[in-house]
Amino acid sequence: MSNSFDLIVIGSGPGGYVTAIRASQLGLKTAIVERDKLGGICLNWGCIPTKALLRSAEVYRNFQHAKEFGLTAEAVSFDPQAVVKRSRGVADRLSKGVGFLMKKHKITVIEGEARLEKGSAAPKVIVKDQAYEAKHVILATGARAREIPSAGLKGDGKRIWTYRDAMTPPEWPDSLLVFGSGAIGIEFASFYAAFGVKVTVVELLDRILPVEDEEISAFAKKRFEKEGLKLLTSTEAKSLKANANGVEAIISSKGKEETLTASHAIVAVGITGNVENLGLEALGVQVERGHVVTDPFGKTNVAGLYAIGDVTGAPWLAHKASHEGIICVEAIAGQKPAPMLKERIPGCTYSHPQIASVGLTEAKAKAAGREVRVGRFPFVGNGKAIALGEDQGLVKTVFDAKTGELLGAHMVGAEVTELIQGYVIAMNAEVTEHELMDTIFPHPTLSETMHEAVLDAYGRVLHV
Amino acid sequence: MTTQITMPALSPTMEEGNLAKWHVKVGDAIEPGQVIAEIETDKATMEVEAVDEGVIEELLVPEGAQNVKVNTPIARLKGEGEAKTPPKQQAQPQPSPRAEEGKVGAGAAKFSTPTPGPSPQTGGERIFASPLARRLAKQDGIDLSGLHGSGPHGRIIKRDIEAALKAPRPQAAPEARAQSRELTTGREARSETPALRRSLEQMGIRAGSYDLVPLDMMRKTIAKRMTESFRDVPHFPLTIDIEIDALLKARGEINKRFGDNGVKISVNDMCIKAAALALKLVPESNASYTPDGVAMHHHADIAVAVAIPGGLITPIMWAAETKGLAQISAEMADLAQRAREKKLRPEEFQGGTFSISNMGMLGIKSFASIINEPHGMIMSIGAGEKRPIVKNDALAIATMMTVTVTCDHRVVDGALGAAFLKAFRSFLEDPMAMLL
Repeated sequence: MSNSFDLIVIGSGPGGYVTAIRASQLGLKTAIVERDKLGGICLNWGCIPTKALLRSAEVYRNFQHAKEFGLTAEAVSFDPQAVVKRSRGVADRLSKGVGFLMKKHKITVIEGEARLEKGSAAPKVIVKDQAYEAKHVILATGARAREIPSAGLKGDGKRIWTYRDAMTPPEWPDSLLVFGSGAIGIEFASFYAAFGVKVTVVELLDRILPVEDEEISAFAKKRFEKEGLKLLTSTEAKSLKANANGVEAIISSKGKEETLTASHAIVAVGITGNVENLGLEALGVQVERGHVVTDPFGKTNVAGLYAIGDVTGAPWLAHKASHEGIICVEAIAGQKPAPMLKERIPGCTYSHPQIASVGLTEAKAKAAGREVRVGRFPFVGNGKAIALGEDQGLVKTVFDAKTGELLGAHMVGAEVTELIQGYVIAMNAEVTEHELMDTIFPHPTLSETMHEAVLDAYGRVLHV
Repeated sequence: MTTQITMPALSPTMEEGNLAKWHVKVGDAIEPGQVIAEIETDKATMEVEAVDEGVIEELLVPEGAQNVKVNTPIARLKGEGEAKTPPKQQAQPQPSPRAEEGKVGAGAAKFSTPTPGPSPQTGGERIFASPLARRLAKQDGIDLSGLHGSGPHGRIIKRDIEAALKAPRPQAAPEARAQSRELTTGREARSETPALRRSLEQMGIRAGSYDLVPLDMMRKTIAKRMTESFRDVPHFPLTIDIEIDALLKARGEINKRFGDNGVKISVNDMCIKAAALALKLVPESNASYTPDGVAMHHHADIAVAVAIPGGLITPIMWAAETKGLAQISAEMADLAQRAREKKLRPEEFQGGTFSISNMGMLGIKSFASIINEPHGMIMSIGAGEKRPIVKNDALAIATMMTVTVTCDHRVVDGALGAAFLKAFRSFLEDPMAMLL
């Protein structure tokens, strides 16, 4: 095996492996380094296994509501180990799939932890004392759960969990304290609550899902509370400690301190880039607040070294990483890709109900000085939603009043994570309200709510 | 059944026109062939005839409306009884047998369509732009045809419009754009060249020290076509002196002998004939440049500049090489008369393969004209005057006329232009040869 490549990608998550495939398509001799399992966090410990868990929760929840649909389901119960086992099976299958893809595209997989050393065109990559050389090296090392040790927000693998423990719980919890109400915190809260665990979510900011539109946050809050979640906003975690019986946290809200107890806790207070032990300091790679600094096409300040995905910062999303990798490697290959526009990256939360959004919230659009037209449509006005027994949802559109540009779209309700892509395409194709209103949406589908939310922004809503 | 009468395209290049006069009013019953309106274009005023019968239900464009785009509805017609013909084209210019003749006779007629000029809507290439980019461009008065698209397959996207707004562009320097917003509000001002858009004040002319006469269609067209030609056509002049005593003598005899029959040949008529014959004798010089090849014209279609109030127009002597002097003379008199009355039909002044501009009667000794695209040459005729010349090594007096041709170097090189001029001179100096 030769040790010389056109490109070495470090990390095989959805950023890294997709980058490697694209590089191979572009004719680059490519290698990929992975210290754990192919597919990275996303496939093994993130997006995919949690979706498997949440699917179990959904099926279980549907069983609980069987009567509403005229069905009888007696003695419905669940086996936590089997639920987790299914999730692991899904992850393993996909990880093997990545291995197959690497083989198919003739990408050399190097197992082990990479370290960079000064090289000529690009830094040398050292894996298990073996040196590899390439013209270009892309860091796609991803990120991990942020910890705040001063407040005890640090996983211990027993009582206090990070996402990784939470998806392979060492024991089933009776009650949970979830710190952080971003997508990860809310998904686990929703999952455990579905199986009857008493869940309390602690959020420092004044609302849950703080990156979402305020109306969507408020709508979701009501729905989660109906599902039995306890949501504490504007609440700071002062300390978190594990003891023999469970965990104890001191929280502070409006100057009042309170002690919460639960059997277990999940820490989901953000993400920090994997920048350690790579030799970045010695090379002088610019790193700010735990993330590698790059230009729009992933170039770092060190010749021949690039970075993409979570290690470069927010939003920490698999599809953002894949796209950054693709445009990075296309630029390396001499193509002229368009720079990524952050306001066109959709975000999804797979809780019950689901939340999906793209672009600017109404508040952010106004803060940016845009005069806006806002449209809203509730799922109660949609025939398919009622037929599905999912009549609780809301779609909101934000248009630039002057130009008709779709600035943002925000959704909460059943299957909205599958729907949002319609708006993303619209934004990327730069259509205006005119084309959206002129589009025929199939009936009966949930997607009709998207049409109505556009019509509503222009005073033409039909089913309200 | 109600149909709409739209602004007709009275010529292939017509993009807009002024509605000079309505000949009908609401409630009038009209029938096919009836003149319903007069349209003023850049070149002439033309009558529009009704195609269908019916009753005028509404006049959508008031009399005197300026710059009405082609195909804009101008009136609504309520059909009487059944509509007999599908009302695809509701109005058309007066049919003329000449139109056909002109097209067949002159390959050049085809060339008048793709005149250079930024008009992406009319026959130009389709511009790919996102709907948002189109709307932004419209709102900000940006011409999409001048932009480079950075989207997929060169599609113009929002980013390109934003860049165009930010960056000082040759077509729309920010200060110039601001200026044009102050002076005018329309988009048309922005399509002009930056130099034209610099305000007079910026160039040191005090405000209030002049009157601003609005640009009429003819002025706009002259400005546009001449600017484009002078800028885009690599041109050069060739000048010779021609002794015309023999010519004047022949003219005198012809007019004396046939004057009673109404024949009154001018020097200009003889120049038209001589130029036509010279073009036939040197056919390579009767040509037009196109990106696809050099068009070698079958006929010498000679456009003759006629000064008219507010500008000039160039009626065409089609296939002049086939016409006798008397016919040329009679036709020219008619064309010039109708040109001054603005009664020329488009096919009478659009096209041609060669131009003549004669300023001899205005006492101009010599000058060089600007090429009238797509013509390969334009001839400038100066005044005939008695001059001392050297003949057989002795000083002599002769009536001399200085003639200049401006050549489009893309089709007429120096030697070719010289060959043409030599042939032209041979006809003028030996007018009998024109009769052969």
